Amino acid sequence: MTTIELKRVANVIRQDIISMLVTAKSGHPGGSLSAADIVATLFFNEMRINPKDPRWADRDRFVLSKGHAAPVLYSALAEKGYFPKEELQGLRQTGHMLQGHPDMRKTPGVDMSTGSLGQGLSAANGMALAGKLDGKDYRVFALLGDGEMAEGQIWEAAMAAAHYKLDNVTAVLDFNGLQIDGATDSVMCSAPLTEKWRAFCWHVIEVDGHDIDALLAAFAEAKTVKGRPTIIIAKTVKGKGVSFMEDQAGWHGNAPSVEQGEQALKELREEATNLG
Amino acid sequence: MANKVATREAYGKALLVLGAENPNVVVLDADLSKSTKTADFAKKYPERFFNMGIAEANLLGTAAGLAAAGKIPFASTFAIFAVGRAFEQIRNSIAYPKLNVKIAATHSGITVGEDGGSHQAIEDVAIMRAVPNMVVLVPADGEETRQVVLAAAQYKGPVYIRMGRLDVPLLFGEEYRFEIGKANVLKEGTDVAIMANGVMVSMALEAAAELADQGVSVSVVNVASVKPLDEETIVRIAKTTKAVVTAEEHNIIGGLGSAVAELLGEKQPTPIVRVGLKDTFGESGRPLELLEKYGLTKAELVKAVHEVLAKKQR
Repeated sequence: MTTIELKRVANVIRQDIISMLVTAKSGHPGGSLSAADIVATLFFNEMRINPKDPRWADRDRFVLSKGHAAPVLYSALAEKGYFPKEELQGLRQTGHMLQGHPDMRKTPGVDMSTGSLGQGLSAANGMALAGKLDGKDYRVFALLGDGEMAEGQIWEAAMAAAHYKLDNVTAVLDFNGLQIDGATDSVMCSAPLTEKWRAFCWHVIEVDGHDIDALLAAFAEAKTVKGRPTIIIAKTVKGKGVSFMEDQAGWHGNAPSVEQGEQALKELREEATNLG
Repeated sequence: MANKVATREAYGKALLVLGAENPNVVVLDADLSKSTKTADFAKKYPERFFNMGIAEANLLGTAAGLAAAGKIPFASTFAIFAVGRAFEQIRNSIAYPKLNVKIAATHSGITVGEDGGSHQAIEDVAIMRAVPNMVVLVPADGEETRQVVLAAAQYKGPVYIRMGRLDVPLLFGEEYRFEIGKANVLKEGTDVAIMANGVMVSMALEAAAELADQGVSVSVVNVASVKPLDEETIVRIAKTTKAVVTAEEHNIIGGLGSAVAELLGEKQPTPIVRVGLKDTFGESGRPLELLEKYGLTKAELVKAVHEVLAKKQR
C-alpha cells in the first residue's frame, strides 16, 4: 500500500474506534488512537497474513501486549475482512465476540489473549522460538505501551529475546507518554528507554509513530537486523486525531459521549476529506 | 522397604520418552533443571530445551507463546514459584486462552524439607483447582508419574502436575492405569474409605493394613486427578462406606479434602475427616520428621479413621 492509502486506513480505524466506544459506552480511546498509524502500517503493509485463513501456520503473528487498545486491533481486523464490520458495534457487550481485551478464542485474527499488562512480549517470544524450531520464516510483532514498561516481566522477556537471538521478534513501543494516573514520567519514570533497550542488547529504532513513511522505513530496517530482536520506539500522541483527546491522560479509559463522538467523527471526516 | 523413587525423578525419565516420541514437546526451566530433573532432557534435546533463568513470569508466558504456535511445552520449576510467582501468567496467558501448556511443578509440600517454609508450596492445589480450564494431577509414585506425564502430553489444554522432592515407595507396576478424571480404587472395603493422593497414598495403604488387623475394613482410593474429579467413583465408594477420610500433603483448605467434601456435601452427604496441614506453614527439617510433626503419618490416618467411624455411629 502507498503512504496515502495507509493514511486513509488509519483514518478509518480512528473513526471505527470512536464509533465503537460511543456504542460500548466504555473502553480506552487514548491508547487506541495513538496506535492507529502503527497498526494500519502493520496490518495493511508489513505483515504476511491471510484473513481467509486466520490460523495459517506460516502467518506473521501480532500480540497486542497493551491489550486495552483492543479497539484499534478489532478495527484493523474488521477492515481486513477477518469478520464483518457490524461486529464492531458489539464491543464489550454480553454475548458478542469482541471482548474488552483481546481473546484469541473468541475473535478470528487475534493471535494471543492479552490485557493484563506486561505479558505480551513473553508470548511473542514463545511464538518466535517455535518458529525458529520449525524452520519457519514468519515474524512476530508485539505492540507495547510505555506505562507497561514498569512491569518487571517486560524486562525478563527483553533479556530472554536477546539471549535467544530472536531476530524474528519486532516490538513496537507506543510511546505516548501518558497513563491512567498521569504523565508516565511522573507516575513511574522509565526513562531513558532507548538506552535501556540498547543495554538489553536490542536493536533500537526511534521514529515518529504518526509518520507512515518513517514507520515503513523502520519495519524495513527491522527485517534486515539479524541475531537480535528489534524494538521500534514510536513517539506518539495519546488520543491522536481528535483535538480534544490529544495528549490528555483523562481520555485513557473513558468513552466519548454521543455528542463528543459526533465532534470527534466530524474532525476525522474532515481529515479524510483532506487526504482525498 | 519397597524400592523408592521421587516423582520428580520419574518426571525427568518420562520427558526423555516424550522427547523421543514427539518432536513438538519442548521443555522450559528457570535455573532449577538439576532439581526438577529436566536436565536430562536438556542434555539429550538441547535445541528443544529453554532455560529462562530465574524469571518465572517469563517462563510461563513464553510457554504460552510456544503453545500458541503449536508446541507442547512442559514448564518446570518449584511449585511455590510456578503457582505463587507466576499465578497470573498461568491464569491469563495460559488458562484463559486454554493453551496447551503443562506446568510440571516439583518440590511441592513440606517434604521439600530443609529449605523450609518459604519453599514449601502447601496451597498450590487449591489455587490451581480454582482456575477454569485447568487440569490438576497429583501422582503418588514413579509409575503413576510416568503415566501422568504421558497423559498430560496427550491431553489438549493446560495441566498442572504436582510432584515432590522426596523419594517415595513404588506402589504400582506397568499394569496400573492412570486416566485423567479417574480415581483408582486400590483396595475395596466396607467400613470407611481413605481418599488420598501424592505421598499420602502409600501411608493410606499402610493404615488400611493396620486397620484390617483391628477388624476395620478400609477402602483406599487414589485420587491423583483432583480436577476433573472422578465424581462417580467417589460417590459410589462413599455410599458403601458411609465414612471418608481424605489425606493430602497440602493445606486442608482448598485441596483434595475440600474437593471431596464439596462433592459429597452436594451428592452424598457423608461424615468426613480431612488429614492435611492444618492451615499452617511448614518449616525446615528432615522430610520424614516434618511429616511426623505436621500429622501426615500412618498413625494420624488410623486416628482419623477412628474419629470418622465415631461420627458415623452417632
